[in-house]
Amino acid sequence: MFTVQMLGIVKRFGDRVANDGIDFELKMGEIHALLGENGAGKTTLMRILYGLYTPDGGEILIGGNPVKIHSPRDAIRAGIGMVTQHFTLVPTLTVAENITLGEGGVLVDLRQIKARVEALSERLGIPVKAGARVGQLSVGEQQRVEILKALARDARVLILDEPTAVLAPQEVQALFEVLGRLRCEGISVIFISHKLHEVMTVCDRVTVLRDGRAVGTVEKARTTPSELARMMVGRESFGVHRQGERLPTGALLRVEGLNVRSRNGSVGLHHLSFEVQAGEVLGVAGVSGNGQVELGEVLSGMLRPDAGRIWVGTQEVTRASPAALIRAGVGRIPEDRHASLVGELSVADNLVLDQLEHFSRQGALDRSAIRRNAERLIAEFQIKALPETPVRALSGGNMQKVLLARSLSRNPLVVIASQPTRGLDVGATDYVRGRLLEQRARGAAVLLISEDLDEIFALADRIAVLFAGKLMGIVYTREATVEQVGLMMAGAPLERSSIKEVARG
Amino acid sequence: MEIFLVGWVAATLRVATPLIFGTLGELFSERSGVLNLGIEGTMFLGAFLGFAVASRSGSLWLGFFVAVLAGMLSGGLMALLAVRLGVNQHVAGLGMTLLWTGFSLFGFRLIFGEPKVPPSITPFQSLSILPDSSFLGPIVNQHGLTYVAFLLVPIAGWVLHRTRFGLNVRAVGENPEAADAAGLNVYHIRTLALMIGGGLMAGGGAFLSLAQLGAFTYGIVAGRGWVCIALIIFANWRAAGVLWGALIFGGVAALQLRLQTMGLQLPYELFLALPYLVTILALIIAGRNASAPAALLKAYRRE
Amino acid sequence: MVKFRLEQASAPLWFRPLIPLIALPVTFLLTTLLVLWAGADPLKAYYHFLIAPLSSRVSLIEVLVKSTPLLLTGASVAFAFSAGYWNIGAEGQLYAGALAGAWLGMVLGDVSPVAGIPLMIVGGFLAGMVWALGPALLKTRLNVDEVVTTLLLNSVILFIVSYLLNGPWRSPASMWPQSPEIAQGTHFFRLLPRARLHFGFVVGLAVIVLEWFVLQRTTLGLRMRAVGLGKKAARFAGLNVNRTMLTAALISGGIAGLAGVGEVAGIHFHLIESISDGLGYSGIIIATLGGLHPFGVGLAAFFIGLIDTGAQSLSRALGVPVYLGTVVQAILLLVTLSLFVLQNYRLRRA
Repeated sequence: MFTVQMLGIVKRFGDRVANDGIDFELKMGEIHALLGENGAGKTTLMRILYGLYTPDGGEILIGGNPVKIHSPRDAIRAGIGMVTQHFTLVPTLTVAENITLGEGGVLVDLRQIKARVEALSERLGIPVKAGARVGQLSVGEQQRVEILKALARDARVLILDEPTAVLAPQEVQALFEVLGRLRCEGISVIFISHKLHEVMTVCDRVTVLRDGRAVGTVEKARTTPSELARMMVGRESFGVHRQGERLPTGALLRVEGLNVRSRNGSVGLHHLSFEVQAGEVLGVAGVSGNGQVELGEVLSGMLRPDAGRIWVGTQEVTRASPAALIRAGVGRIPEDRHASLVGELSVADNLVLDQLEHFSRQGALDRSAIRRNAERLIAEFQIKALPETPVRALSGGNMQKVLLARSLSRNPLVVIASQPTRGLDVGATDYVRGRLLEQRARGAAVLLISEDLDEIFALADRIAVLFAGKLMGIVYTREATVEQVGLMMAGAPLERSSIKEVARG
Repeated sequence: MEIFLVGWVAATLRVATPLIFGTLGELFSERSGVLNLGIEGTMFLGAFLGFAVASRSGSLWLGFFVAVLAGMLSGGLMALLAVRLGVNQHVAGLGMTLLWTGFSLFGFRLIFGEPKVPPSITPFQSLSILPDSSFLGPIVNQHGLTYVAFLLVPIAGWVLHRTRFGLNVRAVGENPEAADAAGLNVYHIRTLALMIGGGLMAGGGAFLSLAQLGAFTYGIVAGRGWVCIALIIFANWRAAGVLWGALIFGGVAALQLRLQTMGLQLPYELFLALPYLVTILALIIAGRNASAPAALLKAYRRE
Repeated sequence: MVKFRLEQASAPLWFRPLIPLIALPVTFLLTTLLVLWAGADPLKAYYHFLIAPLSSRVSLIEVLVKSTPLLLTGASVAFAFSAGYWNIGAEGQLYAGALAGAWLGMVLGDVSPVAGIPLMIVGGFLAGMVWALGPALLKTRLNVDEVVTTLLLNSVILFIVSYLLNGPWRSPASMWPQSPEIAQGTHFFRLLPRARLHFGFVVGLAVIVLEWFVLQRTTLGLRMRAVGLGKKAARFAGLNVNRTMLTAALISGGIAGLAGVGEVAGIHFHLIESISDGLGYSGIIIATLGGLHPFGVGLAAFFIGLIDTGAQSLSRALGVPVYLGTVVQAILLLVTLSLFVLQNYRLRRA
C-alpha cells in the first residue's frame, strides 16, 4: 500500500516557525485537501515533501520506509510530483521540451517526445498542444502542461498548490474531472487550497492547518463547510478591534473603472470602482493571486493602470509617480518590505528617503536633523533599533514599523496598507493594527488589503472582496459573516448569500 | 572589380573566423545565464599558449589543443566564481581578462625573453582546394580552422536545440527555478556550458596566433573579445545570428583594408570604428534586450 | 560522504575590514608558483614587490606618481558603481580627457598657468562627461546595457586617438606618433623638486575627499546609494532613478577624464596612444577592492600603485617579468570578490 507519512515536521525561516511539528498522512488513491489560511504553512510543508526545502525536524516515510528527500530529483524518484502556484515552466521552450526537461539521454528526439506526450495526454484526458511554445499558452493550458509533466515522471503522488487560484470557472470543472480520473488510476492527489466549497466538492479527506500546526483531519462526508471554516480561522479574539461605527464624512480615496491588463500569469484588474470615506477602514479581502498585488502597486504609484481614474480628496492622482502620491498625502505600507526598504542603509536614512528635500540645505544633508527625526520616530513607533542600525539587521516586525513610521508620521489623508501584518509575530501584528485604527480615528481613509480574513473582520468597517481582479461586492462588516465573505472570495457574487448554493468558482 | 570582391570576401571569411569562435563560446555561456567578460583574456590566453606550445613542440595542432584545454579550465574558473560563489559577473569577468592577459605576457617574456626579432613560427597554411590563380581560389582556400568555425555554427545550433545538454542549457538560462524543480543540477550545467565556451574562445585566440599571424604580439586580440560580447546581442542569442554578425563585422573590417590599398582618402580608423558603431546601433534597434536569456546575470541559489 | 552546503547567514560587521588582510596572503600564496617559474625566491620577490618601493624616496614618489591616475579612475568607477551604473568605460573617458588636454595644450599658446591649469581641468572633466553621455542616455532612456556600450566606445575612442595622432595632430618633431608638446602654461606643476609627482596627485586626493563628501553628506549621494543598493525601494520612496543614474554616470565620466588630462599635463606633455595601459580597467579593480568607499579606493589605488612600482623593481632586480604585477592585481581582485561573497555564508553539514 502506497502511503506518504510526514511526522513531526518542523521548519523555521529565521525566527518565524512555518511548520511546528506537523503530522500528515496520505492514503493511496485519495484526493486529500490541505486547507488553511495564507501563512498557515501548507505550501512550506509540501515544498519539504518535494525537496525544495530541507526540514529542521521530523521525518518522511513512503510506504512505511523512511526516505531522505534533499532535492526535487529525489522526490521525483520517490514518485512525488508537484505543481506549484508559480509555474516552473520555461516560457521559451515548447510543451514537449518542458515535459521532457530533466530526463536523461544524450539526444532529444522531439518527434518521439511529442508522440509520448500526446499518448499520455490522451490516456489521462488532459488535452495539451505538444508543439506549442509554453509562453503563449493560457494559464489553464500551462497548468495542464505542469500536471502532465509530473505524471510523465510516473508520479504516484501529485501535489497541487492552489490550482484553482488562476482558473476560470469552466476550467476548474475540467480540472476536477481530471483529478477524478487520476484517482481511478490509483494516483493520490494532495490539494492545497483556501477554498472551502471546492474542497468540499472534490476531496475525500481534509487536513486543516493553522499557524503552522495541524488542527485536524476529517473526512469530507462527515463535516460541513462551517466546521471547516471554524477550524481554519479559529476562535482567538484579537487584542485589536475597531471601536464604534463611523459616520461617513466624504470620500478621501476614490477609484473609478480601474483596469490593469492581465499579463504573465497575473489576473490584472477589471473595472474596479470603489471609494473609502474619511475615518473608515475599507478591507479588501480575497485569496492570494486575485489582483491584490496589482491593486496595491497601482495605488502606490509602482504600476501604471491601463484605464481608470484615481482621486485623493479632490486631487486626481491617476498615473502619479510615488513622489507625487507622497505629496498628495498618500501613506503607503507595501506588501514586500524587503523590496521597499534599502537594507544596507540605516534606519535613519530609510526614514527620510522619501522626503530628502526637507532634510537638506543646498544639497548637503542635515545629518543632525535626520538623526533627530529618526530618534523621534523610533520612540514614537517603538522601533527596536538605533538610528545607525542598517535596516537589514532588523526583524520583520521592526522593518514594518520603519515603513509605518515613514508613511504615517506625515499625517496622510489616505493610507494604503498591503498585507501589513504578513509574517509578523503577535506583538508586532497587534501594534500594526493599532496604528491603522489610530489613522482611522484621526480621520484618514484606510484601504486595508489583506489575505487574513480575521484581520479584515477585526479592523474593517466595510469589506470589499476581490476575485479574479473583479470586485465581487462590498458589505458592511457588522452585517456580514465569514462564510458569506468566503463564498465571495471563492467567486460567488454578492447575491448568492446562502451557503447551500455551492457556486463552482 | 572582381579581384577586389574576391579579395574582400576571402579576407572577410578570415577575419570572421576568430569572431565566430569567440562569439559561439560566449553564446554557450550566456544561454546558460552567465555573462563572461573574461572572453578577451581567454582569447589572449589561447593565442599565447597556442603559440608557445607550438613553438616549443613543433606541432601546431598540439598548440591548438592545449589552448582549447586551457580555455576550458578558464571557463571552469569563471564557473567557480560566478556560478558556485555567485560573485558579481561583470567584475569577475574583467578580473579574469586581466589575469589571463597578465599571465600570458608574463609567460611569453619568460619563455621567449625580449629578442630583437620577435619569435615566429610557420603558421597553419591555407588549404589548397582550388589553384590559387583560379577565380574563386582565394575564397575557397581558407584555413582548415576557418572551415571548422563555419561548421561549428550549425553544430552549435544543433547542440542547443537537439541534444539533452542543449535543452538543459536553455532551460537553465531562462528559468533556473524550473530547471531545479525538474531535477536538473543548475550548477553543473552552467559550469559545463562555461567550459565549452572557454574552450571555443581560446580556440579563437589560438587561430589568431597559429593561423593568421604566425606570431604572438601584445595587440593580437585587440578588443575582439569585446566585439564578441556585442555580437551576441546583435545575433539575438542565436547561432545563426552569430554567423551573420561575424560576417558583417568581418566584412566591414576587411573593407577598410581594401579601401586603404585603393588610396581612399578617408581615415582608415573610421572603418575600424565603423563596425563598433554599427553594433551599438544594432543594440539600440534590438530594443530592450528582449531576447536575452531571462536569467542572464542572476546567480542562482536554492533556499 | 559528508556533503556540505552553503547557508546564508549575515556576517558580523567586524569581518568586512578584515577581508583585505585575508586576501593579501592568499593572493601571494597563489602567485608563488609564478614566481618560482621565473626562477626567483618568493620571499625576495615579495620584498621587492611590497617593501622595496617604500624604502627609498625615489621609489616612494614613483608609487605616488603611479597612483595618481589610479586614484581618479578608481574614484570614477566607484562613483558610478555606487549608483548601480556599470561604467566599464573609464578607459575611454580617460582618453577623452587626454584628448581635451592635448587639444587645449595646442590651442592655448601663451596662456599663464593660473588660467591654463584650471582650463585643463575643466576641459578634461567635460570631455570625460561627453564621452560618458551616450551610453548613459541609452541606458536611462532605452534600457540598453551600459556594460556593452561603454566597452565598445573604449575601442572607438582609441581609433579616434590613433587617427588624430597619425594624422592632423601628428607632431613633426618626433618620429613616433604623438601630438605636439602642450603649452607651458598648461603643464601641471611639479609638487617636489626633481621628482615626477605633479599637481594631478593633489587633484586625485581632492576628488577622493570630495567624493566621500558627496556620497556621505549630500542628498545626491544618498539618492545614488539608495538606487545602487535597492532600486525598487528607491523608486518606491519616490526617487527619480533614471535621473540619479544619469547624474552618476556623467560625473563618473568626468572624473575619469581628469585622469586622462592629468597624464597629459603632468607626465607626458603630449598625447600618445599608450598614455593609458588599462588604467580605466584598473579603476574597476580598485573600486571593487576599496568596497566602493572613497577612502578604501584611495588606499587601494595606492596599493595598486605600489604593486605596479614593485613589479618594475622586481623585474629590474630579479628578472621576473613585470607583468607579474598585473597577475597579482587580478588574483587579488578575484580573491577579494570571493571573500565578499563568502562572508555572507557559513558552511553547514547537509
